[in-house]
Amino acid sequence: MLDNLGWLIQGFEQAATPMNLLYACIGVLLGTAVGVLPGIGPAMTVALLLPITYNVSPSAAFIMFAGIFYGGMYGGSTTSILLNTPGESSSVITAIEGNKMAKAGRAAQALATAAIGSFVAGTIGTVLLALFAPAISRFAVTLGAPSYLAIMLFALVAVTAVLGSSKLRGGISLFLGLAIGLVGIDSLTGQARATFGLPQLSDGIDIVVIAVAVFALGEALWVAAHLRQKPAEVIPVGRPWMGKSDWRRSWKPWLRGTAYGFPFGALPAGGAELPTFLSYITEKKLSKHPEEFGKGAIEGVAGPEAANNASAAGTLVPMLSLGLPTNATAAVMLTAFVSYGIQPGPTLFDKEPLLIWTLIASLFIGNFLLLVLNLPLAPLWAKLLRTPRPYLYAGILFFATLGAFAVNIQPLDLVLLLVFGLLGLMMRRFGLPVLPLIIGVILGPRIERQLRQSLQLGGGEWGSLFTEPVAIGVYVCMALLLLAPLVLKLMHRSEETLLLVEDDKDQREKAQA
Amino acid sequence: MTEPIEKPAQNPVPTDDAPAPTVDRAQYVVCAVLVLVGAFLVYDALNLPGGFAKVDPVGPRLFPMIIGIGLLLLAVILAIAIPRGSKGEADAGEDIDPDLPSDWRTVGLLVAIFVATILLVMPLGWAITGALMFAACATVLGSKHYVRNIVIGAVLSTASFYAFYSGLGIPLPAGILDGIL
Repeated sequence: MLDNLGWLIQGFEQAATPMNLLYACIGVLLGTAVGVLPGIGPAMTVALLLPITYNVSPSAAFIMFAGIFYGGMYGGSTTSILLNTPGESSSVITAIEGNKMAKAGRAAQALATAAIGSFVAGTIGTVLLALFAPAISRFAVTLGAPSYLAIMLFALVAVTAVLGSSKLRGGISLFLGLAIGLVGIDSLTGQARATFGLPQLSDGIDIVVIAVAVFALGEALWVAAHLRQKPAEVIPVGRPWMGKSDWRRSWKPWLRGTAYGFPFGALPAGGAELPTFLSYITEKKLSKHPEEFGKGAIEGVAGPEAANNASAAGTLVPMLSLGLPTNATAAVMLTAFVSYGIQPGPTLFDKEPLLIWTLIASLFIGNFLLLVLNLPLAPLWAKLLRTPRPYLYAGILFFATLGAFAVNIQPLDLVLLLVFGLLGLMMRRFGLPVLPLIIGVILGPRIERQLRQSLQLGGGEWGSLFTEPVAIGVYVCMALLLLAPLVLKLMHRSEETLLLVEDDKDQREKAQA
Repeated sequence: MTEPIEKPAQNPVPTDDAPAPTVDRAQYVVCAVLVLVGAFLVYDALNLPGGFAKVDPVGPRLFPMIIGIGLLLLAVILAIAIPRGSKGEADAGEDIDPDLPSDWRTVGLLVAIFVATILLVMPLGWAITGALMFAACATVLGSKHYVRNIVIGAVLSTASFYAFYSGLGIPLPAGILDGIL
């Protein structure tokens, strides 16, 4: 424990050099600027800004990343409050009350409670991350290959089957991702698989190219097919501030939202949708002003926004301690780590303690800078929302091309970018979720290697995969996860689901009223 | 803005009162992609060159086979589900007007621009190709200020060329401007 504190202080020393602080500021500003642009979520922000971190030192890259990460998240909430059409599912709930507040002339307060709530949740989340991640990784080091294999499989199944509305479509995405992950030289035998005989493909397809293609290019093409002729109305805003009563009404929702968000984020299939929704209905029940809900209640912005950010911090726990990405942003970040030659996983805290604690310190700094820089800059961000759409999407295409091309400077990468961009377009058109694909690309090769190596060690006995108690426990959980919906269906929909559905409808009616 | 601004989408979730389930036949495109990728993986796995040392009990064939066959199975399941009215929910977003019919012409033009970029980026260099690409994309997406489009594109591409060259140490191809830039 004390040991970790010592490392954290060292991390701060590494992160807080003037040069690194400059990088942190650049990261926060760029992250917010890109994240605030309509149609760009945090994952796409991180993917687009990846190339910028290529040739700087890992610690500088990390601190910039921390800024981009939190900046992108915050930018997204600004968009949903001022534009009311959230770019991603995790800010849907924020938009409900946030935009109502903005329309009622309280945009400044909505943005303030979102920003300060994000800061509170982000700080608490990072503290929890610093507490839990080392412990989990210490535990994970003791696990053998079979348990680790089971945990990776669990993440794969959980992300595919639990998130998203259609298991079939989740499965399709997952298998397409696994197929993409196969391309390249087989790590154990050295045979080239699915490379079309192209030597450039023998190292596999660069994941940066895949991420930029699926997130940025796919999105831009999809929007191009449906571009709104008149952009949605942006509500003008001054400097965010909150009155005394706003503070009084906000601080409890921030803490409750954090409590919902962090554990869900840390679970392999938690996501941010459920905790933001739970936070919203909790605040609605506990509020002294329930009549304001649906008309712009500040609690309805404070709670879900905190839950959203805390869940983002939570996703870093499995990513850093187990090497398991559980949402799109974490998947892209994992990619970035790998490109610096760092393999997140149980041994990371032992092998690269300074680097990892620098990252954690950077998260604190990035979070703080976000608050300091963004409150005064909010009017500027609001102006960015008015970027003419042709320039916005031409710009996204331009930077996506630049980012993918700069990785290796070979036109083949641009061909791949186009192919996967079209795949991304297809996925958006037919409602195939993007997350399982990315997770499949990243985890597929690692699962294969883990399985084959455990079998090698187990002397070729498939039974050796089920010898460790943790592995068996995880497989049982997986079976429960897959069977639970079936059982619920057999029980003629339990009361709980009915309640949820009812509340959902209730909310929609209110949102429409 | 001469016309009254349409009400922005109040509700990101589609309403329940959608018309009776219709069959979305375009989804067979997904089936085709799945069959194509799946068949390729199976074919590729079966034709892996032999003669490599057998180092593990599973070998390099198992995973491509599982994934390939999995894709083929998913294609079959989807093909059965489509006529029964199974539909994916198309993505929503800030700038998406779901009521508009899909504008595939714009998408086609953008793809064409992209193909041209791939072909031209090495011979012409990034500065010129990038500028042309931005201007062409902006024009296709509806910006009628042709001069402004090309100026913004030129500024972006030249700035990014120098930023990557001196700032990040990544030399983007200079192409025909080699020696001038």
